[in-house]
Amino acid sequence: MKQRSEDVTPFSFDLSTLVGRSVASLYSHLVTRPTGRALRLGIESQIGELGARCLSVLDFTQVVVLDYSCADEAVAKLIQRYQGSDGVTDVYFVARGLGEHHRDPIEEVLRRHRLAMVGEVAARRFALLGEVSTLERAVWDALERARLGGAAELAAVVDLPSTVVADALHALAKRRVVLRREAGYHALSALVAH
Amino acid sequence: MKLVPLPASLEERTFEAVVRAMSEGPDAGRVLFDGSRVRWVDPYGMVGLLVAGTVAAERTGERPLLRLPESPDVSSYLSRMRFFEPAEAVFELHGGVRRPRSDGPSEVLLEITPVQSHADVHSVVDRVNERGLAILTRQLGYPMREAFQFSIILSEVCQNIIEHAQSGGWVASQTYNWTKRLGRKVVVIAVMDLGVGFRGSLASTHAARAGEPWSDAAALEAAFLHGQTRFHDPGRGQGLQQIRKQVGRWAGRISIRSGTARIADVPDWDEGAPLEEGLPPLPGSQIGIILPARVSAGTEATAAPAARKVER
Repeated sequence: MKQRSEDVTPFSFDLSTLVGRSVASLYSHLVTRPTGRALRLGIESQIGELGARCLSVLDFTQVVVLDYSCADEAVAKLIQRYQGSDGVTDVYFVARGLGEHHRDPIEEVLRRHRLAMVGEVAARRFALLGEVSTLERAVWDALERARLGGAAELAAVVDLPSTVVADALHALAKRRVVLRREAGYHALSALVAH
Repeated sequence: MKLVPLPASLEERTFEAVVRAMSEGPDAGRVLFDGSRVRWVDPYGMVGLLVAGTVAAERTGERPLLRLPESPDVSSYLSRMRFFEPAEAVFELHGGVRRPRSDGPSEVLLEITPVQSHADVHSVVDRVNERGLAILTRQLGYPMREAFQFSIILSEVCQNIIEHAQSGGWVASQTYNWTKRLGRKVVVIAVMDLGVGFRGSLASTHAARAGEPWSDAAALEAAFLHGQTRFHDPGRGQGLQQIRKQVGRWAGRISIRSGTARIADVPDWDEGAPLEEGLPPLPGSQIGIILPARVSAGTEATAAPAARKVER
């Protein structure tokens, strides 16, 4: 890890462990809406205990089956809850350990709700999942490579006016897929502990 | 007593004759399902028979009779698929030879399993993952990452019963060698319930659209083609859409019968119609899925053509 923001609390949820706790250790697969709902409530409860700002890593490494209904409840509705800023909590999510069989349902449920999130799709390779514009994706990719940057530096990389890039960064920060600090914008991957 | 003869081959294509025989003629009291001449049965036929028997009991107020197949092979297969456990609750069983259940190796992906709660869905996924993945990858040539999709299909289609039917149902799945019909192996999945059906489930949503004709076919089109549900949540309704997409990727067939209509995504290897109306009424919904084995990339274009779909 090259760079970390000082006041963000990284917090990792091992989904297979958490679902075991939330649903009484009965299920080894993330299927059905009630399972997803229990998982989300468990994560929300732990986030509530952590305080104002945190980065939550949703670890799918041990998850064998993830269906659309569970992904909708556990991922889409979780992102949805924290994406609209309420001024009290500032929560960022990164999905880790994503295989192809996880990506399909996650991408689909995010698209249905017009949401986006950052996911680690291979070892130390991150991607922007869900529904984003071409411009947002280009700016996010540039920031992902730079790890930290502002509109002026990234505008040079994507070859667009800095005002356009500034708007895109603002939108990405609002969607919680980059982190805005005084020094500039951080790629979430730079904040994830390995 | 009303006699309902079961066809020699009891499957989705012939099941309609069973439903028709139940509906035709005068109400003559108790129903006798005569399965003595059954020589072949698949999950759709078995689960369909349980549904038909339950409906007959509700219509007549008397438990129907089932004359069991004379064929020892069929009887043995019914035992292996655990048909007799739910059948004893639905029918008064007669005749035939009840073979003890063999626990040896088989190509059964999922025996007849009741689906009444979300816990049952977990149980289905657990069981399919234990042994189904090996069958799907080794015998049907699905890559492991795609074989997982099979579990997702089963999970979503079973949840459909709980979320929308407001009633219990059954699911079963089995692999077959369709040498004559398709030249390769297939997986057959049947999921059925006795609930409110698609028309009943979507009735409250449709009530807001006065003037539009409303029927079983319209309800099936709304759910199957457009992903509509009774829930006001954009996250709902995607299970069925994703199942269609995945079945289409595998050049498979999916059909849903509900009430008096059936809708289907029909691949070129099948002769069924994309939409049928005016069928004899049957409560709930009956879903049939057929997934053919993968063919090598060089032959896929001719062996697995794109599905013909209902588009209006």
